[in-house]
Amino acid sequence: MVPQGPTETLRETAMQADDPVLAPGHNFVTITEKVIAIPLRRGTPLWWIGVFAIAFGIMNVMLLVIAYLFIKGVGIWGVNIPVGWGFAIVNFVWWIGIGHAGTLISAILLLLKQSWRNSINRFAEAMTIFAVMCAALFPVLHTGRPWLAAYWLFPIPLTMGVWPQFRSPLIWDVFAISTYFTVSVLFWFMGLIPDLASMRDNARTTLVQRIYGMLAMGWRGSARHWKRYETAYLVLAGLSTPLVLSVHTVVSFDFAASLLPGWHTTIFPPYFVAGAIYSGFAMVLVLAIPLRALYGVEDMITMRHLDNAAKVMFATGLIVAYGYFMEFYMAHYSGNPWEIFMMTNRSNPSVGPYAPAYWALIATNIAIPQLLWLRRVRRTPWMLFLVSCVILVGMWLERFVIVITSLHRDFLPSSWGFYIPTRYDWAVFIGTLGLFTSFFFLFLRLMPMIPAFEVKTLLPEAKVHK
Amino acid sequence: MSESCKTELRREKVNRLVNIAPSRLDLETVRQKLASARGKHYWRSLEELAEQPDFQELLHREFPRQASEWTDEVSRRNFLKLMSASLAFAGLTACTRQPTEHIVPYVRQPEETIPGKPLLFASAMPFGGHAFPVLVKSDMGRPIKVEGNPDHPAGNLGTDLFAQASLLDMYDPDRSQAVTVLGDVSTWGKFLESLQGPLVSQKPLKGAGIRFLTERSTSPTLASQMRAVLLAFPEAKWHQYEPVNRDNSRGGAQMAFGEDVAAQHRLENADIIVSLDANFLSSTENPQFLRNAAEFGRRRKADLKEKINRLYVVESTPTITGAKADHRLPLRAFEIEQFARALMAQISGGGGDTRFGNFLSALAKDLTAHRGSSVVIAGETQPPVVHALAHAMNDALGNAGRTVVYTDSVEVSPEGFRGCVDSLQDLNNDIQAGKVDLLMILGGNPVFDAPADLNFNENNQQLMKVPLRVHVGLYQNETSNICQWHVNQAHYLESWSDARTFDGTPTIIQPLIDPLYSGRTMHEVLTAFSNQPGLTSYDLLRAYWQGQHPGDFENFWRKSLHDGFVPGMGLQPRQVTLRSRDFPATSARSAGSGIEIVFRPDENIYDGRFANNGWLQELPKPLTKLTWDNAAVMGLNLAQKLDVVSEDLVEIELRGRKLKLPVWIEAGVPDQSVTVQLGYGRTHAGRVAQGAGVNTYRLRLSDAMQFASGAKLGKVDGHYQLAATHHHHNMEGRALVRAATVKEFEENPRFAHQELEEPSPGETLYFNYDYSKGYQWGMAIDTGSCIGCNTCVVACQAENNIPVVGKFEVTRGREMHWLRVDRYYTGTYENPKTHFQPVPCMQCEQAPCEVVCPVAATVHSTEGLNDMVYNRCVGTRYCSNNCPYKVRRFNFFLYSDYDTPVKKLMNNPDVTVRSRGVMEKCTYCIQRITRARITAEKEFVGAQHAYREIEDGEVKTACQQSCPADAIVFGNINDRNSRVSKLKAQPYNYSLLADLNTRPRTTYLAEVMNTNDELTGPDLMKEVENKVVTQEKEG
Repeated sequence: MVPQGPTETLRETAMQADDPVLAPGHNFVTITEKVIAIPLRRGTPLWWIGVFAIAFGIMNVMLLVIAYLFIKGVGIWGVNIPVGWGFAIVNFVWWIGIGHAGTLISAILLLLKQSWRNSINRFAEAMTIFAVMCAALFPVLHTGRPWLAAYWLFPIPLTMGVWPQFRSPLIWDVFAISTYFTVSVLFWFMGLIPDLASMRDNARTTLVQRIYGMLAMGWRGSARHWKRYETAYLVLAGLSTPLVLSVHTVVSFDFAASLLPGWHTTIFPPYFVAGAIYSGFAMVLVLAIPLRALYGVEDMITMRHLDNAAKVMFATGLIVAYGYFMEFYMAHYSGNPWEIFMMTNRSNPSVGPYAPAYWALIATNIAIPQLLWLRRVRRTPWMLFLVSCVILVGMWLERFVIVITSLHRDFLPSSWGFYIPTRYDWAVFIGTLGLFTSFFFLFLRLMPMIPAFEVKTLLPEAKVHK
Repeated sequence: MSESCKTELRREKVNRLVNIAPSRLDLETVRQKLASARGKHYWRSLEELAEQPDFQELLHREFPRQASEWTDEVSRRNFLKLMSASLAFAGLTACTRQPTEHIVPYVRQPEETIPGKPLLFASAMPFGGHAFPVLVKSDMGRPIKVEGNPDHPAGNLGTDLFAQASLLDMYDPDRSQAVTVLGDVSTWGKFLESLQGPLVSQKPLKGAGIRFLTERSTSPTLASQMRAVLLAFPEAKWHQYEPVNRDNSRGGAQMAFGEDVAAQHRLENADIIVSLDANFLSSTENPQFLRNAAEFGRRRKADLKEKINRLYVVESTPTITGAKADHRLPLRAFEIEQFARALMAQISGGGGDTRFGNFLSALAKDLTAHRGSSVVIAGETQPPVVHALAHAMNDALGNAGRTVVYTDSVEVSPEGFRGCVDSLQDLNNDIQAGKVDLLMILGGNPVFDAPADLNFNENNQQLMKVPLRVHVGLYQNETSNICQWHVNQAHYLESWSDARTFDGTPTIIQPLIDPLYSGRTMHEVLTAFSNQPGLTSYDLLRAYWQGQHPGDFENFWRKSLHDGFVPGMGLQPRQVTLRSRDFPATSARSAGSGIEIVFRPDENIYDGRFANNGWLQELPKPLTKLTWDNAAVMGLNLAQKLDVVSEDLVEIELRGRKLKLPVWIEAGVPDQSVTVQLGYGRTHAGRVAQGAGVNTYRLRLSDAMQFASGAKLGKVDGHYQLAATHHHHNMEGRALVRAATVKEFEENPRFAHQELEEPSPGETLYFNYDYSKGYQWGMAIDTGSCIGCNTCVVACQAENNIPVVGKFEVTRGREMHWLRVDRYYTGTYENPKTHFQPVPCMQCEQAPCEVVCPVAATVHSTEGLNDMVYNRCVGTRYCSNNCPYKVRRFNFFLYSDYDTPVKKLMNNPDVTVRSRGVMEKCTYCIQRITRARITAEKEFVGAQHAYREIEDGEVKTACQQSCPADAIVFGNINDRNSRVSKLKAQPYNYSLLADLNTRPRTTYLAEVMNTNDELTGPDLMKEVENKVVTQEKEG
């Protein structure tokens, strides 16, 4: 384990006494039993079947719409000239943002020795992977010729000797996201191995045993295994850490590197990263709060977890609020007429038709989350759940405001336009929610959603050797 | 015994001989069966056939003698299996085999035909009877582009938009494709046959029952033919009707001079131009359009080589002429006569009339100060008396012979001048009296566009009782629908004919292609009456001109054909004497009461004849920027009074006739006045015209053809979506178009650069290209000369194979025009100054689109062009987002027509037809640059040891070539002596959005206006308020 100093251990033990990250009464056996039981012993709960069926249905509707999209063209969406990017890019940025919390929790909090992360990192990482998958759909689908976009954007040596255009932020996106996805998957899978071995060892049928056995890749839990595992995990954590910051930075370059008022802003990289973590934690909470109740794992995902996650979320939320303020301030301070008009068009309902979206964004992303100052809100699951949902909506609105209000009125009033999403825009957006939920539910059903071996390190017994 | 029975018997015999059971199928029947099927059906029948048991058996017995009696059991079966399989496959795989095509060289090479090298042929587009001279580009026998005829005396710059779009009409698959009788396909021969009976019976009656109804015409050949026909049938009558015509100016001339003379304006000599509701810069109204636009454009250039003219416009509805005015006075149409009288009085020394503010007195003063160098032009929509007053004013000011000359009328008429409405009325009276036995409607569409009170339609019982009704036209339309016979007319690009331009120059119309659908010309139809069967229009035309020019005819003919006109036959100016200066007032029927309705030919589809032309339907109208529809265009005050906003529905009630129309609010419309465009709401037109607009002819009455007072308007429930491409009236305080008065310009020649941040060229994060070598293409657009006529937009569409997307896609902001004409207003909403700004791709030197494309599909060329590589484009649309000018267009669907065979012929072979999912934009007509480069590089200049360089003016972009006002100049900016370099060196040359440091290659020349100091001109610095005009789009 990560070596810890005696004072730290003491403080942690002291804190755990009144507000534990793991409820008392557990030992090495009970933890494994409880975690393993969810996929292996408990069977499929009815609510699981219900939610999965709905989500899977929605996902299939999306697939049909995507088929239609391929047949007819991207015109089935509401995009036009001047609004060349619509829901697709809004959703892309939103999902990528959500995909930030997982890696942040597993990697950065690991390096920062935040041991409370241990019980939530597994599902947060799974969430990351599925969110990135949802996100990755959009940039491909929104292109005019996805069958070409899917590979011309990669630097594959072709006979024509044409490379991608490396000055384009979209190419940086391709690298950033594919790297992020690869590292996230590796990191997640690495972390799963010891628990997969537990699953193998606890399997009751040969088939299940074989499957988990293959996935466990021969893990035997020897000291040598543990040593190598810890080293590799740390290396991956180190690799992931800059990625957490870089991915959304690069995504923000899609906007910042352009010359469009409302996009062309230097504050975007930090503000996007903060926003990503903000929405990522909101999603973690939205998933964790019902899960801990439904699976009865309140003893492992405790109030302390919720409180801590809410605090991180709130802190990043305040950075985001600062970002909004700076955008407004800089537009006027710069004296740049394009920027000033952009802000007016964004926020003044008598000028800009999308101003309601902006004020809804301020309400959902800044005003309502102020409730998180209250310990009671942070520690009342249903309240926290609602606030998190509101933040998710708010972060989606933020991207809507950035993408669409900036585009629909730019430099020449003659070419100003309007964007109205079509039912196909909605179908694909809601469809990715279905895809995400379906995949996430499959994960819950088939994989240990809480890293049992990491939770065990929270037990007092684990500290014996220190 | 019948033939088939015999065959049957013979087959049975054969069967008995070879001892096999008779089959219901044999190869012969299969062949016959297949021969009768065609196309898709053919393939289907083959598959069906292969499934049939009979056919299986036939295959089995293909070689009956051997096959069935094959002795070796196993090998026979195998043989048959193989045989039947291979036969079946042979039949089925044939489905994918391409038809055999033989590539053989010409046995006799057509003159000058080199594959891939287009040829130009001189011709003319007949429009409203007048000829508009054109050169037509033909590529391997297919006309692909219409250009202006640079040698023609009637106008040597550019064309109008209708000439550009006429190409699409020719290839229109909805054109009438056959002679029909009662809707069934027939033949030309049968048509001629059917005419014989009536003609024989009419002969003794001297043709008393024959009536011809034609459109206005200037064709000398047609005139001589008609004369011959009327000689043979002296009692027959020839009527003419066109819904939009020149009757008022002819009537005005009659009134003023007592003669049928036409006025030609010489705007080049005019310092002061006064328009009394005259839209003389539009070909919808003025056949002199080409020359007017050129001369006006030349006198509006800020180089001040020629003094800038001053244009006063008094008008009843906003027009492009009004948009160019230095001083504009919106008045209701009936008030313009009063204005003209007051002006006349002031010029003649009267005064003190204060009805029109100081506009009148200042104008009168200005006019009297410019005797001999001013001109007053009356509009076609104004009654004859206004024209007569204009003549009188020109006479009083000594303009006659200087800025206005008089010639004989160029139009060919039946004996004695009769107005269109009167002529149609005469015809209708004869029909009502049962005098008409044979009605020949040669062209036009009177059932659709006749005055509503004439009831010239299927409800007209007497009309429907005319024994033989014949319609000749390009389309099956409302009129052909009530006629028994319809003869499909040949398009002018398929016809031999002639016509005169406004100045009388006879212009030969020659075909560019054989009629696609074996259409006939009017000349050929008339041969049926003159007993000259079998004569083609070519014979007739030649015969006529041979008669005119008996000398060295062959040379004369070849030269006229080559040049496109007969030189030296223009009408000569003549002396006219004004009969009076006092004209009786028009009986203004309830003038002034209620709301005035102004009828105007549509800027795009004219009187409805172009309704099926997608290029024109989708063209944003110059001022309203509406596409695909007409509307009740009104000012804000009236709209507020009626409590309506744009796209609401109103019901117009005019003398008991009611019509529902969507509202469109527009700046500069006089109060209490509503303008409606004609030509929409076609019921029997093609697929394109289907559902576009409302038929406003239903409100147009024979005594109020141009405007009518006393209308009542009321809001009705409902909402009608209009497709406008431009929703904003103002510039939001951005210096996009820049204008100044002459005085301001002289004080500060760099006015166009005031208070603007122009970063230094090197300031960029990206690579700075070296632009110092080779050709560097650039463009300068003169906003002073630009009259906003939209010709360039259509020319660009024709040149670059730009698809039409339809109304719904336009409402979604997906129109595909590579070049658009932006329209902004300054001044007041009630009477604004309108600015036009054509916006093609700026070809930025630091192009923001290039750096964001992930696949390098838009890249910079060494000649400074911003190239689009369609093949490489994946369609992220990032380039469009990052384009500050929003000139990029995206194929959201497969917009290009890949299916209609005839449309494939029309495409410019030098330009890629774009597929779905690809971005496209203006290329500066790179295909034309390349062609010029190839031409130049073939010419080695020995002395310089180098290829010849492309000369200035050798490459003209499509927009430039079509521009009648010479507002667009293109060329090599590395050549200091090129026209474009010289223009770009002018202080009034400015870049659009220069502060973004995109360094556009397309720059603009600011507009300099010549306002009268005594009048407050439009406030160029003050923008119109942005009124909320639509309820949806803008929230």
